Amino acid sequence: MKISNKAKHKIGLVLYYIFGIIISLIFIAPLIWMVVSSLKEEPDIFKNLNSLATFFPETVTLNNYASVFERTPMLRFVFNSLFYCFAIVILDLIVNSMFGYALAKFKFKGREFLTNCVVALMVFPFEAIILALYVEVNAFGWLNTWFALIVPFVGKCFTIYLFRQFFVDFPDELIEAAEIDGCRPMSVFVRIVVPNSGPVFATAFILDFSAHWNDYLWPLLVSTSENMRTIQLGIATFFNTEPIEYGPIMASLVICTIPMVILFLFLQKYYVQGITASGIKG
Amino acid sequence: MKQVQNKNKVKQRETITAYLFSLPAIILLITFIAVPVVIALRYSTMEYNTLRPNEKIFIGIKNYIDLFQDQDFWIAFKNTVYFAVIVVPLQCGLALALALLVSKRTRGVSIFRIAFFSPTVTSMVVIAILWQIMLNSSPSQGWFNAIITSIGFDSIPFLTSKDTAMNSIIVMSAWQGAGYQMMIFLAGIQGISTDLYEAASIDGANVFQKFRYITIPGLKNVTKYIILITSIQAMRLFTQPYIMTQGGPQDSTKPLVYYIYNVAFRSRQFGYACAAAVVYFVIIVALSLLLKKVLKSDE
Repeated sequence: MKISNKAKHKIGLVLYYIFGIIISLIFIAPLIWMVVSSLKEEPDIFKNLNSLATFFPETVTLNNYASVFERTPMLRFVFNSLFYCFAIVILDLIVNSMFGYALAKFKFKGREFLTNCVVALMVFPFEAIILALYVEVNAFGWLNTWFALIVPFVGKCFTIYLFRQFFVDFPDELIEAAEIDGCRPMSVFVRIVVPNSGPVFATAFILDFSAHWNDYLWPLLVSTSENMRTIQLGIATFFNTEPIEYGPIMASLVICTIPMVILFLFLQKYYVQGITASGIKG
Repeated sequence: MKQVQNKNKVKQRETITAYLFSLPAIILLITFIAVPVVIALRYSTMEYNTLRPNEKIFIGIKNYIDLFQDQDFWIAFKNTVYFAVIVVPLQCGLALALALLVSKRTRGVSIFRIAFFSPTVTSMVVIAILWQIMLNSSPSQGWFNAIITSIGFDSIPFLTSKDTAMNSIIVMSAWQGAGYQMMIFLAGIQGISTDLYEAASIDGANVFQKFRYITIPGLKNVTKYIILITSIQAMRLFTQPYIMTQGGPQDSTKPLVYYIYNVAFRSRQFGYACAAAVVYFVIIVALSLLLKKVLKSDE
């Protein structure tokens, strides 16, 4: 019996999908289990672990979420993280886009040198200076304040380089036309360049925001008081707080994940662009 | 003459504007990168215990000498190297396989992409807590052991034995991070001209030949970049062992960053910890230069 090419193609496609679905499950099953467990009654979480029944709760309850909000100021932690991440990113976009623009479009002494410095510092291991930074921030009297979480991370070489690469390709005619109309460099930048550079700003926004949302070591050092705690510290502390109940722990993990999922859904395209841009050009 | 002067003036003005645009970022980078580097170097030559903040004694390179004779430092160094040496090929290989899987132009493939990428969107702290629960050594609590015992094997003490703890963290880290490198590989694959594949098909090349002679050479630069960033990322290991094992059992999962953290904030030997941080920095710089050289030489 001879199998036609068309049938062969079809079988191949079916096998492809089956394989793809199995691998996908390996990646998302733990996350689905996390969400499902957060909706289960405490005694049901570790029941039927070895069967598919573990993914189907017998009863659905929101008590675990209620318990999280009762036992910890989780909303405060979420707010803290949102606040400091937004603050970093907004300042970061302003400061780094200006520097990136200068490196891309102005001719001045030291430009090459500065560009090389930025490139060299792109993979700077932050962990190596974390102690010294702690000393410095402590000397400024910034421990347990927003300043410690925000100010040291506004200047970012990776973001500067991202902006520089984008602005290099920005059409000179647009800039020159505005200059002939009598615009000063600052207003050229604010009125012409920024409004026409949405994608690079969106990319820098999502990359830097998600990086700081996931921060752990630095907040662990500088945010020791409960009302300054970030969401990552919040869930890690909650995980070790007696009485250990896994339902509320799972609920806290879901709460921590939701903001990033929302952001990812809206800015997915730019996130992926940001990740890949560095690899392709570099 | 006047024109030249005017030109100079324009040039001068452009330089001033450029510096004004650059200044905020430069000041921040100097204050929070350059200054800390100087502080770290200075403290690394001092005996400074944070319990006695007013006693800072200059001791030259004694901290460095002590460090190289410190068993704990070498254990942490060994752990970090072990983690990096295993996780980098594992994670990069996995990422390449996933990228090949989702590079097929067919319906529904974007759902696969999102599935593979989803652990990356979830923060490492969340993943570490979740996996610690799933890796519980008791089959009545740990998901993995429930499955392993139900198909007839003995349960595995994933995080509670020094033989398996680091390997468990390695597998988890590769699983969490591979989606990121997958996206870069994917862009690389999509950047390879489809003409090449069509021409190869006409010449009768099979899937494996196409992969060997078109895809792999086409991904050369992307692969180098990915190996570099994944290696440096691996050297920064901290969150996973801090949450899941506290460096144990028997220090088997304590990496360098954790060692530095402990010396500074548990033992409070700040000067000594700064010396370790300086050595850590040198190791990373050396590694990235070495990788750049090795990866370049095969061109």
